[in-house]
Amino acid sequence: MKKHLLLSTFLGLALTSAAFADKNPKTGEELSANQAYSYWMLDAIKSLDPHIMASVEDSDVGRSLFEGLYDEDGDGNLVPAGALENTVSDDLTTYTFKLRPEAKWSNGDPVVAQDYVDGWQRLVDPATASEYAWYMELMQVVNASEVIAGTKPVSELGVKAIDATTLEVKILAPLPYFTKMLTHTSTFPSNKANETKFGADWTKPGNMVGNGAYILKEHIPGEKVVMEKSPTYWDAANVIMSPVTALTINDENAALVRYQAGELDRTTVPAGQFPRLSKEFPEEATSTPYSCSYTYIMNLAEGKGNPALKDVRVRKALSYALDRDIVVNNILQGGQKPAYNWTHWALNGFTMPVIDYSTWTQAERDAKAVALLAEAGFGPENPLKLTLNYNTSEAHQKIAVAVQQMWKQKLAIELTPQNFEWKVHTDKMKSGDFEMARYAWCGDYNEASTYLDLFTQYSGQNDAKFANDGYDALLKEAKTLADPSPNYTKAEEILAAEMPMIPIYHYAKVDMVKADIKGLPENNVQQTWYAKDLYRIQK
Amino acid sequence: MLSFIFKRLLVAIPTLLILIVLSFLLMHAAPGGPFTQEKAIPPEILANLNAKYGLDQPLWRQMFSYVWGIVAHFDFGPSFIYKDRTVNEIIAQGFPVTLTYGAYAFVFAVLAGVLLGVMAAIFHNTWADYLAVGISIGAQVLPNFVMAPILVLVFTLWLGWLPGGGWEGGKWPYLIMPVIALATSYMASIARITRSSMLEVLTSNHIRTARAKGLPTWKVITRHALKPALIPVISYLGPAFVAMITGSVVVDMYFSTGGIGKAFVDAALNRDYAVMMGVTLLVGFLTILFNLLVDVLYAWIDPKIRY
Repeated sequence: MKKHLLLSTFLGLALTSAAFADKNPKTGEELSANQAYSYWMLDAIKSLDPHIMASVEDSDVGRSLFEGLYDEDGDGNLVPAGALENTVSDDLTTYTFKLRPEAKWSNGDPVVAQDYVDGWQRLVDPATASEYAWYMELMQVVNASEVIAGTKPVSELGVKAIDATTLEVKILAPLPYFTKMLTHTSTFPSNKANETKFGADWTKPGNMVGNGAYILKEHIPGEKVVMEKSPTYWDAANVIMSPVTALTINDENAALVRYQAGELDRTTVPAGQFPRLSKEFPEEATSTPYSCSYTYIMNLAEGKGNPALKDVRVRKALSYALDRDIVVNNILQGGQKPAYNWTHWALNGFTMPVIDYSTWTQAERDAKAVALLAEAGFGPENPLKLTLNYNTSEAHQKIAVAVQQMWKQKLAIELTPQNFEWKVHTDKMKSGDFEMARYAWCGDYNEASTYLDLFTQYSGQNDAKFANDGYDALLKEAKTLADPSPNYTKAEEILAAEMPMIPIYHYAKVDMVKADIKGLPENNVQQTWYAKDLYRIQK
Repeated sequence: MLSFIFKRLLVAIPTLLILIVLSFLLMHAAPGGPFTQEKAIPPEILANLNAKYGLDQPLWRQMFSYVWGIVAHFDFGPSFIYKDRTVNEIIAQGFPVTLTYGAYAFVFAVLAGVLLGVMAAIFHNTWADYLAVGISIGAQVLPNFVMAPILVLVFTLWLGWLPGGGWEGGKWPYLIMPVIALATSYMASIARITRSSMLEVLTSNHIRTARAKGLPTWKVITRHALKPALIPVISYLGPAFVAMITGSVVVDMYFSTGGIGKAFVDAALNRDYAVMMGVTLLVGFLTILFNLLVDVLYAWIDPKIRY
């Protein structure tokens, strides 16, 4: 008996270690015996409910604990996950998804089409009050707006389970990037029975039932989240990293120290430290494009803001005289790119438009700026006075002060940067109580419309109150085109000609990653990553 | 004495009510709300959120149902930002953390502070005095946001003795640096107060009498000088203890302890009304309680004080 026990223990050990201290089944690389992974999060988890979560930290964990119809690969392309394939009707408004029959919840139940229906209905249900309910409106799912507004019951939402593995979705109008939107946690399925059983406590460790590659082991808000490989996951054979730990460290410098002490495998690089770190640790310091754009918007609303900014010549002069290279090379120093257009350059399938002033030298831009401003009636004798709002942050402040100096020296503009706490800044922007304001936008999905739609009159985010009917028409039309690129180029040209905002730079994700960690996305501008794709190689 | 304590507790109720009303009004007067964000929430969704969290009700009614929730169910409501959790859960998780490192820091600060202060006073104007004063001034001018990174640099990065942060249920390696970072400036204040008060006591008549009758110095200090010298220290300790056990945002942030200090500041910045009210009430209640305790201690230390 004892012998048997010993033997089976040995066998068990051999089997488990075979899964780790071996080779990566996909790439054949030699794996390290240590497959624990820990990474940095700026903030505490706000929610682990995929239909409530709204922050990057939450979604990163959410994609490990749950799974939607599709995942993204390292280049941002779709990879079948909960769905195997989809077909679309001739009028491009009905999608039918064939679901993966072997997909299971962590309690062993199969993941069925009705779970997706439940999840989607839950997202828009007014009782859930999800901040991301609008995502389903953006996806143009039939009756999403009516359900959110409470004028139709959730059962009227355009999503239906044909059978256990067939899901049908009806959308209002053709949407070329519809499937791309399905990697978002808002579109994940829901285990209704479990949510009903535990109520508000269903996201706690021990209660949670998920369908992702990992199960929630421990969650101490503000300290850490620990996840372990899920044995019921359909692709468990290819999941290598476990346990995966997310540590909340509110101070970026503290996180860097803990990274250097070996407590973290991945952390962010505090602003301005990339040049030093990439010299000291060339194998670990990384900078990859990240889908966010940084800008100063100008208040174009009638009767609000500064009257001088209603003159397009003034707006252009301000934009031309802003030397992006100084911002990027001397202040940020993390591989960010200067921006002369709005859409992030690295978006999947996006053709960068050639914006006139991006091809000029800075001297040419400056000369043009002086001329334009003089035409508008401003100069050293009649200096333009402006205010710029920004929210509390060292980097925002540095940029604002640099811009203040640039405009003062080149255009004799008296700019007053005004610092506000985050909520006050946002409140002022939303209520139109500003002249110029710092703003940044991060794409919700990997397609240019997530940026360009923002400056339409029907967008709720158009705080500049830019109003251009031609621009709106281009973007409306783009949704029906097989190739919307020409429309996007034209839209960007309108933005450059009207200059409702000054694009400043396109973000990069600047991180320290241990050299033996593999599987993080290198060309996915959304920075969507999956713990199940990670592994540690033998060095 | 008992009737004094009873009266003080009775007065605490209207005090806390005033605290609730004032913080409630101030909080709602601040621009922006819990759902104000860069990515604006569409009006119909905002309406659903406001309805769920009762923010669509008139202010007086929100305030009333808030107070009623506490009185009737001891329910401080849900967090508006940390949506999986209630205020009770947030406090139940964060307060024990700060209570632990705060209490250790308190003991450390009091013992070290009083020792330094007494030493400085006894050996007035000698090298021991200068050393004690030097240490306490050094500790005072080194704020915890400077102290914390230095500690981590030395003990984590260079020596590799201690983990750089985290809590792990309060295991001692995770406790040391937060305790030191929090305690030093309090220790410095206690040392300075003790020193000046001790110096004053040492020149008083009853000490001269005690010395005149030939008592050894250590007996004079411990039996006759220390007690009266500690009265100003004790009035400082009441609020200091509350401040320490309700945590420090710097310690919580830098060491990722998950304590209540960070939660409080976050709640204010996020306009997480319910969490902010909850922590404000907790701090208010503890302040009242420990001020009362200090008053009781006075009577014990100084027999001349009667209530």
